[in-house]
Amino acid sequence: MSIELKGISKKFGEVTAVNSVNFSVNDGELVGLLGPSGGGKTTVLRMIAGLELPTEGDIFIRGQRVNDVPVQQRNIGFVFQSYALFKNMSVFKNIAFGLKIKKWKKADAETRVAELIQLFGLSGLEKRFPHQLSGGQRQRVAIARALAPKPSVLLLDEPFGAVDAKIRQELREWLVTLHHDLNVTTIFVTHDQEEAMEVSNRIVIFSKGNLEQIGTPREVYEQPANEFVARFVGVMNVLDTEVRGGVARLNELQFPSNGHADGARLRIGFRPYAVQVSNDLSLLPYRAVLRHTFFLGILLRLELELPSGLIVRSRMTKEEYAQQGLEDGREVSFQIKNYRVLASDAAALAPELELQYQPPPTMGENI
Amino acid sequence: MKYERKFNALPGFGLTMGFTLFYLSAIVMIPIGALIVKTLGIPWSEFWRLATTERALAAYKLTFGASLIAALANAVFGTLLAWVLTRYEFPGRRLVDALVDFPFALPTAVAGLTLANLFAANGWLGQYLVPLGIKGAFTPLGVVIALTFVGMPFVVRTLQPVLENFEREVEEASATLGAGRWRTFISVIAPSLLPSIITGFALAFARAIGEYGSIVFISGNLPFKTEIAPYLIVMRLEEYDYAGAMTLAVVLLAFSFVMLAVINVIEQWANKFAK
Repeated sequence: MSIELKGISKKFGEVTAVNSVNFSVNDGELVGLLGPSGGGKTTVLRMIAGLELPTEGDIFIRGQRVNDVPVQQRNIGFVFQSYALFKNMSVFKNIAFGLKIKKWKKADAETRVAELIQLFGLSGLEKRFPHQLSGGQRQRVAIARALAPKPSVLLLDEPFGAVDAKIRQELREWLVTLHHDLNVTTIFVTHDQEEAMEVSNRIVIFSKGNLEQIGTPREVYEQPANEFVARFVGVMNVLDTEVRGGVARLNELQFPSNGHADGARLRIGFRPYAVQVSNDLSLLPYRAVLRHTFFLGILLRLELELPSGLIVRSRMTKEEYAQQGLEDGREVSFQIKNYRVLASDAAALAPELELQYQPPPTMGENI
Repeated sequence: MKYERKFNALPGFGLTMGFTLFYLSAIVMIPIGALIVKTLGIPWSEFWRLATTERALAAYKLTFGASLIAALANAVFGTLLAWVLTRYEFPGRRLVDALVDFPFALPTAVAGLTLANLFAANGWLGQYLVPLGIKGAFTPLGVVIALTFVGMPFVVRTLQPVLENFEREVEEASATLGAGRWRTFISVIAPSLLPSIITGFALAFARAIGEYGSIVFISGNLPFKTEIAPYLIVMRLEEYDYAGAMTLAVVLLAFSFVMLAVINVIEQWANKFAK
C-alpha cells in the first residue's frame, strides 16, 4: 500500500472542500482523481503532497503517517497545472534543481539529468529556457523535474489541461508508457472523464468533496455506484418517468415498473449503446425521426426525436449506418435494450438541476 | 521607390506617431537641444575649466554619491516593504500602502523643512541622535536621508505588481523539490524580481539626481561639503554666470544619460529570463 487516506476532511473557513474521504493507492498504480471542478480532487492531491494540511484525518505514505511531515521531506514529485517551471533556469538546471537541493554528487546528478533528458525526448534542449519551449516540451520538463529526485509518488494536477487536443492525446499515451516503464506510483487529477478512463488503472470519482466511487474504468462505467457517477462517466439518456397502470411512463416511452406503486416517480437512465435503431419501421416498438448525426470517429452518435419531442441519443458504427442507409431526417424505429433506475422517489429526484453536467462529445466516447 | 501603405488592423499609426514625436520634441528634445547648442558657444578649454572646478567636483561627488546610496537603500528596504505589503494581510495594511505614496504627494520643500527640523540638534530625533554623533541635518548624511525619502515609492510601486503576479505554484514547486523558504527565495523568487528591483532602483536614482527642493533645506548648502550640483547651478545663475550654470547642467545631463543607458542594458539582461 503506497498511499492511504483515512477520514480526510478539509475545510476552508466555512466551506467543506473535502468531506471524510477514505481510499488507498497500491504500489505502482496509476490512479485518476476525477470529478467536476470544485469537487475537491485537487485539494486531495495537494494534501497528499503536503501543500495543504487536512482539517481531519490521517495520510500515510508507505505506511508512515505524514501529517506532520513538511512538504520538503515527503519525497513526492508534483507536477502543477501551470507547470511552474523556473523561468530563470535552463531545462537542465530545472531538472537538476531537486538533485542540487538533496545534495546529490555532481557527477551522479549530471548522469541522472542526462538520463531523464534522453528518456523524455528533450535532447538538444538542455540549454533552452522555459519561454523557448512549446507547451508539450514544458510539460515534459515539469514531469522530468518532478521525477529527478526519484520520488516515491508522482502527483499530477490536470496534467493535460493546458495543451491542445492532439498533443493531449500524445501526452496521454506517453504518460501510460512512462508509467509502465518507471512503475512509480502515480496519481493525477482530471475533470475529463475520457482522459481518466483511458489512462488510469483505477478511478476515484469526487463530487462536492465526497468520494462517489472508486474502481477500474470498466467498473465505474458498467456498474456506477450512484446517479452522479452514472451521469458523469460517459453519455447517458436520463428520463423522469411516472408510474401509471403498473408501467413507468414518459410520453410514449414505457418501462416495467418493477413493483413500484402507481404515482411513484422513477428516474431512468440508459447509455446510447443500449438504444437499438432500425430503418425498418415495423421492426422495433418506438418510432422517431433521426434529427442529427454526430461524427465521433469510428462511431456516430444519433439524436432521435420522438413524436412527442423527446430526444433520445443512440450510437452506431459507421458501417452499420451505411448498411442501413440512414441519413438525417429519416424516420426510424428503435428500442431500449437495457436501462437502470437511477432514483426512485420524489426526494431523490430533486437534485436533477444540479447534475446537469454533460461531457462534450469526444472521439473515444463510450468505447 | 514608392512607399506602400500597409494594411493595419489598428488604424491611426500615422497620427499617433506624429503626435508622439511632436510631444517628445516639445517637452524633451527641444529644451535639451537648446541647452546643448548654447553650451557649444563656450570654448572647450573654458568649458573644461568650468566643469572641473574644485567646487563643482565636490558637488558632483555629493550628488551622485548620495543618490547612489539612497537608491541602494531604497532598493533593499523598498523590496522588503513591497514584500510585506503584497504577501501578508495585517490590520492597517491599506493605510501603510497609502503612506508609501506620501513622498510623491508632499511638496519637496515641505519634506526638506520637516526633515531638517527632525534631525536638527534640538529636533525630535536630533536631540537623541546628535549626542551619539549622528548628525542628520546640514551634513552629507542629511542629503542621503532626504534623497531616500523622496525615492522610496519608486521601488515599492514597481515591485508590487510583479510580486502580486508571482505564481504561487512556482514557490510550491520549489518546496516539493525539497527547497526550504530561504533557498526558494534566493534561487527562485529573487531572480524573477531582479529586473523590477533594478527598474525601481534606476527610477529612484534618477529622481535623486534631479532632487533639489528637499535638499536645500536639510543640507545647509556649504560649498565643498554639503552643496549638491543642482544647487551649484542656482548659485552660478545668481552670480549671472550663465556659462558656468550651463556647463554644469550639461555635465549633469550627460551623467544621467550614461547612467540610465547603463541601467537599461542591465535591465534588459535581467529581463531575458523573466518572460
